[in-house]
Amino acid sequence: MASIDIQNVKKAYGHVQVLHDIDLQIKDGEFVVLVGPSGCGKSTLLRMIAGLEGVTGGEMRIDGKRVNELHPKDRDIAMVFQSYALYPHMNVAGNMSYSLKLRKIAKEKIAAAVAGAASKLGLDPLLERRPKALSGGQRQRVAMGRAIVRQPKAFLFDEPLSNLDARLREQMRAEIKKMHGDLKATSIYVTHDQIEAMTLADRIVAMHGGVVQQVGAPLELYDRPANLFVAGFIGSPGMNFLDATYSAGAVTLKDGTVVALPTPLAIADGAKVTVGIRPEHVVMSGEGSGMAASVDLVEPTGFGIILHLSLHGLAFKVFTLDRAALSAGPNVHVSFPAQHLHVFDEKGDRCVAASA
Amino acid sequence: MKTSLLPTIAHRLAIFAYVIFALFPLYWLFKVSLTPNDLLYSEGVRMWPSRTTWEHYSFVLQHSAFPTFFKNSLIVSGSTAVIVTICASLSGYALSRFNFRAKYWIVGLMLLTQMFPLVMLVAPIFKILTPLGLTNSLTGLIVVYTAFNVPFATFLMQSFFDGIPKDLEEAAMIDGATKFTAFREIILPLTLPGIAATLGFVFTAAWSELLFALMLINGNNAATFPVGLLTFVSKFSVDFGQMMAAGVLALIPAALFFLLIQRYLVQGLTAGAVKG
Repeated sequence: MASIDIQNVKKAYGHVQVLHDIDLQIKDGEFVVLVGPSGCGKSTLLRMIAGLEGVTGGEMRIDGKRVNELHPKDRDIAMVFQSYALYPHMNVAGNMSYSLKLRKIAKEKIAAAVAGAASKLGLDPLLERRPKALSGGQRQRVAMGRAIVRQPKAFLFDEPLSNLDARLREQMRAEIKKMHGDLKATSIYVTHDQIEAMTLADRIVAMHGGVVQQVGAPLELYDRPANLFVAGFIGSPGMNFLDATYSAGAVTLKDGTVVALPTPLAIADGAKVTVGIRPEHVVMSGEGSGMAASVDLVEPTGFGIILHLSLHGLAFKVFTLDRAALSAGPNVHVSFPAQHLHVFDEKGDRCVAASA
Repeated sequence: MKTSLLPTIAHRLAIFAYVIFALFPLYWLFKVSLTPNDLLYSEGVRMWPSRTTWEHYSFVLQHSAFPTFFKNSLIVSGSTAVIVTICASLSGYALSRFNFRAKYWIVGLMLLTQMFPLVMLVAPIFKILTPLGLTNSLTGLIVVYTAFNVPFATFLMQSFFDGIPKDLEEAAMIDGATKFTAFREIILPLTLPGIAATLGFVFTAAWSELLFALMLINGNNAATFPVGLLTFVSKFSVDFGQMMAAGVLALIPAALFFLLIQRYLVQGLTAGAVKG
């Protein structure tokens, strides 16, 4: 196992720069998830770590050793592809042992390694089958097995669960987490699914437009998003945003509602800000308190209820576990608990508390 | 789903009619090769002669230069097919996988070579090959056929390589393979249908090529089979029986070859048509 250091790494295709000065230190045994919308550069970064894409600038180190110019085969990392990339003309055992054969490892050792990985993943009865004769979930497992047998320095996952149906995805997600617990292998996992990111990661790296937006533990990103992008990307249903102005430790919403913040912020009075609040933090208050909103749509998910509201013509979502919301009339009242408000300045960055 | 009978029958009939139409010349070839010379003109047009004979075959095999033509054709077509397929595999892979500076121009140039009628090129090629001592030689023919078949075969192979996901060789490289090992052990086995299709295509093209064989070769020693067929045409008569017998014999290797590769060929021609 190994640490991975990424320093000032850039990537450009011709004149188009897709990654800007990425800095990231991944500790030995850590599970890091790169998350972001498609086109944010997360897969490119992963492929650069694997050696499948060249590095335009900066430096990349695996286990302290510079790897910028190293061929993928010499980096000793394993990768699980979204398409699984199983070799169609080899059976499961052949797929799993290919990397060991290339390393000219003794046959008995290969057999033992394959058998070990196969039993760990429940693949024993399938070893003789070709990938064609496997289900999606089984193929996924073989792809994982191929990575495990090698005991590489690091595991790279490129959206490995995207091609599975929802139930299988949930199951494999748990298995990957369990596997990481067992192997304690340094892992980098790329996904656009923020639930996968939240559940799997030791640390999440949120990316957008080729720039790292925030790095931190899952709950840190959820509780204290560094900017509007992270706030909107993490969490489902997504955070609500309202325009407001800040003055003297309170924000004033467009309709005149004033919400006093727990701590004053380090911005000037009268500054325009964006206030964010997660749907699950909005409180349905009784008539006469809070802000009036009209109900556009009610989505019961079974677990809870998502209300789509219109608040002064602005789309707004509320998530509640209270089934009484199902029978709420066309008009409701909502209020925002001050401790759950996120305030962002005009540039979209999180406003920090004024130091006392 | 229930299909009504009439369209099915019409459909089958149409296919049957087409198959008859396509195979009839072959049948006629076979029929004439079995017809004794004295009946050929006396019986008129009949579907089957009243008397058949194998004498044309024995004559062709024992008393004509046909075995030499046959051997020459086999050498020329076989070598051409193998050389072209090797070259086309490598160049097709390069065009499919690599981006290099002159790629656009090389593809353009290769297309350009396909535009000219071959007749235009006979004289210059003769002029080039003569001082090299490559006229009247099988090697010369192999060189010319290879040159003419490589561009098309390259495009053919490129389309097969395009159908193989890039992920596979990337996975192989991460598994510890060099680019060439990945090509040899992962990509090439998956391209077998394409290779078979290319081999078959080039082999038949070379097997039936007449123009250059006629222009670059004189004398029987280095003549290929299409040229050899012409020796059955003499100044005053055409020996149809022997010519047809030679024709039937010449079909055998091509037929055998396709029988051998047809398993891959069907796969190859429909590869990538549907997912799965």
